[in-house]
Amino acid sequence: MNSAKPLVARDPEVERRESGLTINRARKTFRSAEGKEVHAIDDVSIAIRQGEFFILLGPSGCGKTTLLRSIAGLESLDAGEIYLGNQRIDQLAPYDRPVNTVFQSYALFPHLTVAQNVAFGLEMEHKSKGEIKKTVQEMLDLVHLGEFGGRRPNQLSGGQQQRVALARSLAKRPKVLLLDESLSALDFKLRQQMQVELKRIQRETGITFIFVTHDQEEALSMGDHIAVFSKGKPEQIGTPEEIYNEPANRFVADFIGDINFVDAVTTGANEITVEGVPFKVEQDLSAWPAGAAISAAIRPERIELTAPRDTALKGTVETLMFMGADVRCEVRLTDGTMLLVRLSPPYDTAVLHQGATVSVNVESAHIRVVER
Amino acid sequence: MSGANPNPKTATTQPADKRGEHGDRTERGDRPAWKRWFASAHPVKPGMLNRLWSVPSILIGLLFTLGPIGVIVAFSFMSRPDMGGGVVFRFSTDAYEKLLFRHDYFGNRSFDARYLAVLGTSLWQALLTTAICVALAFPIALWMSMKSAKAQQILVLLVTIPFWTNLIVRTYAWMLILNENGPVNWLLRLLGMGSQQLLYTSFASVIGLIYTFLPFAILPMYSALSGFDFRLVEAAYDLGAHKPTVMRRVILRAAMPGVMSGIALCFIPAFGSYVQPVLLGGGRVLMVGNLIASQFAEARNWPFGAALSTVILAVTLLGALAASIMGGMASRKAGAR
Repeated sequence: MNSAKPLVARDPEVERRESGLTINRARKTFRSAEGKEVHAIDDVSIAIRQGEFFILLGPSGCGKTTLLRSIAGLESLDAGEIYLGNQRIDQLAPYDRPVNTVFQSYALFPHLTVAQNVAFGLEMEHKSKGEIKKTVQEMLDLVHLGEFGGRRPNQLSGGQQQRVALARSLAKRPKVLLLDESLSALDFKLRQQMQVELKRIQRETGITFIFVTHDQEEALSMGDHIAVFSKGKPEQIGTPEEIYNEPANRFVADFIGDINFVDAVTTGANEITVEGVPFKVEQDLSAWPAGAAISAAIRPERIELTAPRDTALKGTVETLMFMGADVRCEVRLTDGTMLLVRLSPPYDTAVLHQGATVSVNVESAHIRVVER
Repeated sequence: MSGANPNPKTATTQPADKRGEHGDRTERGDRPAWKRWFASAHPVKPGMLNRLWSVPSILIGLLFTLGPIGVIVAFSFMSRPDMGGGVVFRFSTDAYEKLLFRHDYFGNRSFDARYLAVLGTSLWQALLTTAICVALAFPIALWMSMKSAKAQQILVLLVTIPFWTNLIVRTYAWMLILNENGPVNWLLRLLGMGSQQLLYTSFASVIGLIYTFLPFAILPMYSALSGFDFRLVEAAYDLGAHKPTVMRRVILRAAMPGVMSGIALCFIPAFGSYVQPVLLGGGRVLMVGNLIASQFAEARNWPFGAALSTVILAVTLLGALAASIMGGMASRKAGAR
């Protein structure tokens, strides 16, 4: 298996995952209208395991779509390589790559019927008519559109068009399926249905999915692994739990979910001080010198509010909002920092009411130290 | 529109319109369609004018479209006066007979292919012009449609520049270009090929026709392609299509309505063209347009001129009919596959 050693030196982490899609030190620079160089992809190395649901997450303009298009072959890299298993694919034409894309705009051929759209890619492979017909029906059944083969794309709803685009790409049996913001045009309810559908289809087909999105909730709920992108670089790559619970830096912490940033100072190997009150942390703080000014990132649902104690961090409850499943509470610390706290009802109204002074407690495992 | 549709079947297939249809029914009763159309005292929708207001537009439209054609068709079935031009109102098919037969001095009728040959030459030149125009216009239109919005505006303007000056003047310019001492012959002499007789040939005539009708081929194709979503090309590549397939099955397919109107807009006027065959062709090759003109002028045979015009019209209509039938069959065939 490993006899075909790649000629180019690869990231050691990349080397371990031979069967999936590996991106090695990819670069792509655009020249903006003002003549400035924009690093759409800035020295990116990512390894994607075979058969996983991988998410490229980031704000718009962070380069995630450019990276996806580079994998598809619709953009060419300035430097770096893309491998599928041991096959280098970044120099192949898009029609020669065993990779297919579900476009954000669906890009269905308007002059063809649904069945003809799905058949298009198979006709390019010069499959027999009978085989094409069989595969098209299988694919349409897979996306629950078995009865819609004779319709035109403009006779379908957005969600149905989305599924036709999916069927059309899946019909080619790609090694990797690329999905570019595929659900963002759908309304909330439909999007949730499609998330479940996509996960099901991915499980049933066993195809590697690479899914680009700016929606962090979508990313957390669907991904096996997530790469959080910012300015052409992945800030963190990990499982949804890692990304959510152990954000690598302030950007990731801020981008994923609600979070509070509290100014703090390191005071030991695993201790920080917030407004003179010491807090234990489990995170390894050796990267920071003692006395370094840092931020403690804390999720709203990890904060406990109790009756005031002398030694604890104190704050005043400013607002208390009943949200159904939980209660949103804003607490102002003495230095003016506003903390968002999410509590599960029921709570003790004697302790917690508007204007009450409370103690703020956080367990050591739930404090993330990031740069200020 | 569907509110006025008397066919209840349509109402059942369009649930959105169902309610309106029911509301109208009691008021409409069983009056005939034309009465319903004219007699509705109220506007179709609030804010719309009564339908009677559209009568002047319809009359003017009919007058300026069918009017002259009706006159020409009528003239073609009338007789020549004994002297001079014009027609006398006496039914006759002489004009059509003259197309195919000649009468010698003794009144014997024999088959005459001269006018058919003229029609054939015109048809050939028009087809050649149309084919070359469409072939040249497609890449130009495609290139235009891929430019930025600003550049597209400028390019459309450039394409329409010829329309700013008179056709005769522009044709004279071509005479200067093609004549014996013109730039083309100068270049040919420079290349050692010697002077060629370019002007007053059917070659010059076709060049003039291509020049005249190229914008009419570019503009409809451009307008068909300007709304084209080039992401479809990416999708086709992604699905494994190579460049020729993408061109044929995606881009050309999208441009097809424009190609069809381009063909019509080139072929129809080229078939009856008049200026280019005279000025550039030197009148050596007789074309239908010139023949018709001479019938109304020198020959003073108006019915024959009108008959020729009617034949052109019929040929064009038959061509359009054939094109639409073929287009329909092609799309049905594509749908069945």
